[in-house]
Amino acid sequence: MNQVPEIRALQVAIVGSGPAGYYVAGELLAALDEPVQIDVIDRLPTPWGLLRSGVAPDHQNIKSISRVFEKIGGDERLRFLGNVELGRDIHRQELLDRYDIVVYAVGAQSERRLGIPGEHLPGVHSAREFVGWYNGHPDHVDARFSLSGARAVVVGNGNVAVDVARILSLDHDALSVTDIADPALLALQSGGFDDVLVCGRRGPQHAAFTVPELRELGKLTDVRPVVQACELVGAEGDNAATKTKLELLHSYAALSDDPRARTLSLRFLLSPVAIHGTEHVTGVEFAVNELVTDDAGNVAVRASGRYETVPCELVLTAVGYRGAEIADVPFDPVSGIIPNVRGRVMSSMFTGEYCAGWIKRGPTGIIGTNKQCACETVTSIRADLEAGLIPRGPQADIAPLDELIRERGVELVDDDGWSRIDAHERAAGERDGRPRVKTVARRELLELASTTTAPSASIAERAVAVVSTDLPLSPERP
Amino acid sequence: MSSTAACSVERNLAVTYVITQPCIGNKDGSCLEVCPVGCIHTDETSEQYFIDPAECIDCSACVAACPVEAIMRAEDVPVAQLHFISLNAAFFAA
Repeated sequence: MNQVPEIRALQVAIVGSGPAGYYVAGELLAALDEPVQIDVIDRLPTPWGLLRSGVAPDHQNIKSISRVFEKIGGDERLRFLGNVELGRDIHRQELLDRYDIVVYAVGAQSERRLGIPGEHLPGVHSAREFVGWYNGHPDHVDARFSLSGARAVVVGNGNVAVDVARILSLDHDALSVTDIADPALLALQSGGFDDVLVCGRRGPQHAAFTVPELRELGKLTDVRPVVQACELVGAEGDNAATKTKLELLHSYAALSDDPRARTLSLRFLLSPVAIHGTEHVTGVEFAVNELVTDDAGNVAVRASGRYETVPCELVLTAVGYRGAEIADVPFDPVSGIIPNVRGRVMSSMFTGEYCAGWIKRGPTGIIGTNKQCACETVTSIRADLEAGLIPRGPQADIAPLDELIRERGVELVDDDGWSRIDAHERAAGERDGRPRVKTVARRELLELASTTTAPSASIAERAVAVVSTDLPLSPERP
Repeated sequence: MSSTAACSVERNLAVTYVITQPCIGNKDGSCLEVCPVGCIHTDETSEQYFIDPAECIDCSACVAACPVEAIMRAEDVPVAQLHFISLNAAFFAA
């Protein structure tokens, strides 16, 4: 009765295995002075979130950040529980019953829309869908895009807009050495646009894309960046990055005699007001904007009253991701984030819930920004632990999460399962001279994950897996 | 494959980004917080941070994070500060 109970390990669940989730895990493993057990849960059978399904396949240097996550994931205090979706397979309360701390790092699962007529026409897609498709995200495996014509229009001026424009412009040789999803490689190979137009509603000094992404556009084979000098007039940068971007834009504006056949156009001060077409998109109508400076020196964008229609066969909207509500976790629908103070989820009582990454601060920043963000959340967790806010009673006498979800018939992908997928993809990549050949169908991922233990799937399931992935460039099927 | 392999070899041998004069005495450390691979280091005797070219993935996160604009691509380092490239190499050679 008077025995001092042995201190049990702190039980932590991290929902989401993207950069934010892994950086939280890494910080907790490094910073906590006490025993800890971390379960990283993901709704996909594969970890790494947007590092796998967002970062462009020709940016393998960025993808190599995975080695940091592999190191964190290799810690014996951490488990990966893949193919488990909060709100579908498990409930928030079931996490709260089993873990001292729950961290939501689910990212931004939705996107902002333009809200203009014609947005739902065939041939108009969100960049998010296109990015998911070329990166082999299982949710987008069945997407289809019209990928040939005179022009594709990309609405947006951030790095996602530049990424999708570059992927549309790269030649087959450049793409075929990457881990781009095979269906996308094939479709892009047989398609192509004479011009890919990227447009922003504000001026060139306001463009959100970063210097390396803009610089890269000047180094594409057989594709010439096109900038209209008149759209740069009067644009000035108030920091080093903006100055560099404007210098690059001016250098592209001077390239007019370059013989490279295809073009990638960067245009500014264009707000889309309607998408034209009846059966399929035929063009985008823009309101032309102008910059005005008020007495205080603030630069604002206003409509000039002029309009311009640009014919095109494909429209990709890249005007920002947006957080989506998960299960019954507190959510602010206006800002699209979980309401929080330095990563502590705000609700009526203290629940030991935290958040990190895009669902905490909104969909901005680069991968490294999530490390900073994760550090802040872990600092809050440590402060709350030290303040005794996180009660540490005896271990709850209930089935652990992995048992619970297996009982429910969920095909859990654990660390071993992911290792099998990873090894298979890398081996297939080695044969083809690529970093990896991604398996894109969820069914096939689950089969790969369970190859050594599970009995073989039903014939019907196998037929589905084969049909949906039967592509010439895919590796041999087991 | 050859182009990918060449790229990664080149990346590991070449200096990507260099931390220059303004870091000295500042050592703000914002770069460390955003570096996704943790390749920025220092020691007690050094007055500045250094970027390990073998670990750097050339993402430029540190460039934007530096409050004193001390980090630049190796080819952009002004002549007067070229010795910082050698200082950087010397730190990791030790």
